[in-house]
Amino acid sequence: MAQSLERQKAKPHIAEEWVGKVYTLLCIAFLITTIVSIVYFVASKGLSTFFVNHVSLTNLVTGLKWSPDGQPPVFGALPFIFGSFSTSILAAVIAAPLSFCAAVFMIEIAPKFGRRYLQPVIELLAGIPSVVYGFVGLSVIVPFFRDVFPGQGVGIAAGALVLSVMILPTITTIATDALAALPKGLKEGSYALGSTRWQTIYRIVLPTTLPALMTGIVLGIARAFGEALAVQMVIGNAPHIPHSLFESASTLTSAITLSMGNTAMGSVANNALWSLALILMFMTFVFVFIVRWLEGRKKL
Amino acid sequence: MLLMVLTLTVALAACGQKNNSSNGGNASEGSSLSGSFLASGSSALQPLVDQVSKKFMDANSGVSVQVQAGGSGTGLTQVSEGQSQIGNSDVFAEEKLDAAKAAELVDHQVAVVGMAAVVNKDITIDNLTKQQLVDIFTGKVTNWKDVGGNDQKIQIINRPSSSGTRATFEKFALGQKSEDLQGSIQEDSSGTVKKLVGETPGAIGYLALSYLDDSVKAVKYEGVEASADNVANGTYPVWAYEHMYTKGEPDAAIKAFLDYMMSDEVQNGDVVELGYIPANKMQVKRDVDGNITK
Repeated sequence: MAQSLERQKAKPHIAEEWVGKVYTLLCIAFLITTIVSIVYFVASKGLSTFFVNHVSLTNLVTGLKWSPDGQPPVFGALPFIFGSFSTSILAAVIAAPLSFCAAVFMIEIAPKFGRRYLQPVIELLAGIPSVVYGFVGLSVIVPFFRDVFPGQGVGIAAGALVLSVMILPTITTIATDALAALPKGLKEGSYALGSTRWQTIYRIVLPTTLPALMTGIVLGIARAFGEALAVQMVIGNAPHIPHSLFESASTLTSAITLSMGNTAMGSVANNALWSLALILMFMTFVFVFIVRWLEGRKKL
Repeated sequence: MLLMVLTLTVALAACGQKNNSSNGGNASEGSSLSGSFLASGSSALQPLVDQVSKKFMDANSGVSVQVQAGGSGTGLTQVSEGQSQIGNSDVFAEEKLDAAKAAELVDHQVAVVGMAAVVNKDITIDNLTKQQLVDIFTGKVTNWKDVGGNDQKIQIINRPSSSGTRATFEKFALGQKSEDLQGSIQEDSSGTVKKLVGETPGAIGYLALSYLDDSVKAVKYEGVEASADNVANGTYPVWAYEHMYTKGEPDAAIKAFLDYMMSDEVQNGDVVELGYIPANKMQVKRDVDGNITK
């Protein structure tokens, strides 16, 4: 009697377990399929530039001239690679100090006000569509730069400024979480030794959370690296390495979005754009590895 | 896993095919038409196709037309590979696809778009010759004073080198390809080009006639004003056909749609209203190589 009762009790349990397991496995299988297919698709298209159209990889990565319609067509993507790196790194340079200060303010200085009001406002930035950023950039930042600095207004500076606002929530959120996760004992110990709040933040809090803060920056750069629309609207899109921050330049993403729809699938010009996408994807992998490496260095 | 994707793709493709093949049948009257088809491609042509397809669907409840933008290249590729039934394009198929693929497509020229060089309103000149335009867009002339204007730097606002609008402008206004110059700005959409030309001191760009308004100044080309009439009678050379390609001869529903597109109701109504020039108003014809016949 008791045994059969136990069995009946165990049954729904096992069924739940089984359903959960199958559901999770299906989700994982679907995810992996998607990722593998995307990588396969981009790689097969991107690599055909080299194998089918016989463009050399070194020419693509180090060439300075991009002229897919030229006679003969020339594919040098270095200006795009340069543009992508300079805009995203400059964006991180602008955004990182702001994000750190915001995080320190929210956790250490005014936790109540900061967490209740400031954090939702900053996170709200992540929800604004990129076309809105692009349009604001084009209507406000570009005319401002054109009036204030010598040059055209469009360019790496405008792109980086727009991107820095876009990656602010990424870096801030990660920095805030890292600061919040810091054990109380560390800070209390520092106060007990007689240090001021500033000394505690500067000597204890920031050095301990540095790997997490770096993770935030790298994720921010990765996000900036992949952003297409907003950058394309404000950067000017000339396929050259610019002489100043206020001269028309190009990024990998802006080159792709600008021409992908206008080129026929399978043509050399189209394949070359897929190669740019492949470079972009490769760079994202590199960023992910850097993040994993930084995570491994965490001191807590 | 790849297999799974493949099966899915095949299944989806099969669904698509089923839809398409159901268009056939006899249809002498509009009301008995049925089927669904997709028109994709040129974003310059999309507003017209969109508007006409809505009217067409109101009149023929059995037909469903979907319109997608995505660029001329995408439109031509998709119609050539059977992913869509109509490919909208600003350029001849021969210019984007290889000859064998282009030969399978049937061209339907539904409208004409004229283009004008536009400059910032502060520029004093109002006429540019072909040679002057070539000098400007190839970077030989970088200051407006060299073409008769004030002492001001020229800022080129271009379209991406793959764009159909740029191809038309280069072919018929410049007569040659131009390179992307250091410091030139390239924008994808006509709206952005107009905004930048209107705002940037010393800017020059080019726009379809339907986009012209008070914020920019259209300049004459070799002394001829860019107007619909001048395009139609052949005196203004910078224009291009808007093509709607089908693969082979279209079936009944698509044919009815294309016929409706060419009807006087649409040609004199929607086409003009949206700023295109009706195809049947053209007194000159042009072939794929650019040869003009009366």
